[in-house]
Amino acid sequence: MNIVVCIKQVPDAKDVRLDPETNTLSREGVKSVINPYDRHAMEEGVRLKEEFGGKVTVVSMGPPQARAILEEAISCGADDAILVSDRAFAGADTLATTYTLSQAIKKIGAVDLVICGKQATDGDTAQVGPGLAVRLDMAYVTCVQQVSTVTDKVVVLERMMDDGYDEVEVELPALLTVVKEVNTPRFPSIRGLRKARVADIPSYTAEDIGADVAMLGLGGSPTQVVKVFPPEPKGDRTILTGSVDEIAEKLAEIFRESSIGG
Amino acid sequence: MDHFLSEDQQAIVDLAKQISREMIVPKRVYYDETEEYPLDIVETLAKSDFFALFVPEEFGGLGGSCYDLVLALEQIGHGCVGIATAYAASALGTYPIIVGGSQELKEKYLPKVATGELRAAFGLTESNAGSDAGGIQTTAVLDGDEWVLNGTKQWITNGGQAHIYTIIAITDPHKGARGASMFIVEADDPGFSCGPKEKKMGIRCSATTELIMKDCRIPKDRIIGRRGTGFITVMKTLDKSRPGIASLGVGLAQAALDEAASYAKTRYQFGKPIISFQAVQHLLADMAIETEAARALLYVAARHIDAHPKDMSKGSAMCKVKATDVAMKVTTDAVQVLAGYGFMREYPVEKMMRDAKILQIYEGTNQIQRNVIGQELNKEYTK
Repeated sequence: MNIVVCIKQVPDAKDVRLDPETNTLSREGVKSVINPYDRHAMEEGVRLKEEFGGKVTVVSMGPPQARAILEEAISCGADDAILVSDRAFAGADTLATTYTLSQAIKKIGAVDLVICGKQATDGDTAQVGPGLAVRLDMAYVTCVQQVSTVTDKVVVLERMMDDGYDEVEVELPALLTVVKEVNTPRFPSIRGLRKARVADIPSYTAEDIGADVAMLGLGGSPTQVVKVFPPEPKGDRTILTGSVDEIAEKLAEIFRESSIGG
Repeated sequence: MDHFLSEDQQAIVDLAKQISREMIVPKRVYYDETEEYPLDIVETLAKSDFFALFVPEEFGGLGGSCYDLVLALEQIGHGCVGIATAYAASALGTYPIIVGGSQELKEKYLPKVATGELRAAFGLTESNAGSDAGGIQTTAVLDGDEWVLNGTKQWITNGGQAHIYTIIAITDPHKGARGASMFIVEADDPGFSCGPKEKKMGIRCSATTELIMKDCRIPKDRIIGRRGTGFITVMKTLDKSRPGIASLGVGLAQAALDEAASYAKTRYQFGKPIISFQAVQHLLADMAIETEAARALLYVAARHIDAHPKDMSKGSAMCKVKATDVAMKVTTDAVQVLAGYGFMREYPVEKMMRDAKILQIYEGTNQIQRNVIGQELNKEYTK
């Protein structure tokens, strides 16, 4: 089985600061890491390969520095890695990103299963997985919390819901997006680290993936970020203390006094 | 200080540090208090190839360099010496096979040790044989195609957790130093059992038990090397393994220094952080000097051993003594820097001090190490 895992390099959430002058994210000196959800996607790909056989190729669209997370993926058990990198991809929104990734995955050849993290911690859109599935003409299931069986025809899995989970059987080829509950990602291995250091990680350009330039990067993105700002601090806050009953009573009183309670 | 590690060695250090920080440190209090064997961490180390580190490449390992293992153990010991002992005991139990075993035994056992499928333990100490290895009373008698072992080993690390035990037993009582041989006993061999887990002052999660052999029958070919080479195998094993104990000492001393210095920066007395007082600075400075010196001696000894010299006993014993005496001193001083807080179990340094003590005792007490060094000096100056 051919498994592709899509991963993204994001700023380490523990290390993000806002530039006080411009109110934008200051990325300077901020450590870049694998998007936390993608780490679980990577682990699931490797785990399924180990249990059911096959091959795992990890794909990342990003600047040349994103090679670091692809090396990390190899050190954690991925077989191959591909960087999709070109100045033409810069400024892509999720629509342009799914187009770019789909072109790259098509170049890999027949793929049975694509696994993505539920969402990236920088953009938080959760759109790339489903969008990519549509472009690849695959069935997709989001928020997968467990994959129990994989055959050459179907995958049986659990989809996390607010009030429990759905048991789903989906025909291959398919795309899954996973939540953190799906597994515990492993540490790299010493052999994996040695393999990663000498790994041949090809870099695909827009030309390599046969992309229509008009659909790439900023130009191919209908979403334009007009302004990034931190939310204004809200007005007065009151913290209620006491037993649950006392707090409920105080809260009800506040509601009664305001218009909220009607 | 920069020790100019190779890219590969630095990667081993970084990975061991990562596992220590992300998995060992958060769980060390739990394992110290429950005294449970840290199976999940041992299995994680196996998956990340740390058991392959001490196995030669031709048997599925990563080369078996002493220096590589020392670097890994230092970082794991920085997190928890108890957990590090649970891991390192397999290296100690495997060395007899590596230094003295037949090709067949190596092929049979080493690849499985390298993956972590088999854990090992080393059985030397008995109630009347510790520092005096000559006092061994366990016997092995050849009966047809089988050896029959009888006796009890004491305080064996990994007892009950290992799958294979390398055991020394007397095969020819009248032959003195040539009267002992080493064997591989498997956990499910008939007549073999382990006693209950001992209650210890430190390294409490590592399993320490008796090994009991009552007419324990094993196949004839499970002897390590020729009959009568048991003591030689033990000596070669300990020469290779002692730097591992030294690395636990260096890792532990560094951890204690890290805790003490960070605490001294945040603890205010008389309106100033206590690190600004010379009395505290001098304590910390001595801790840092001794830790760096122990590390430097350890790395030199490890590189010396990797060059396969004819004689490695002196360097191996020297680094063990230095690093473990330093660990005891530095952890004790760390408790002093943290003072009342240091004595409380809420802070990590009291455990570090409890864990340090065993390092001066096991794999040859530091007094025995000094004997080894003294005897080597005696030989050198006779030439």
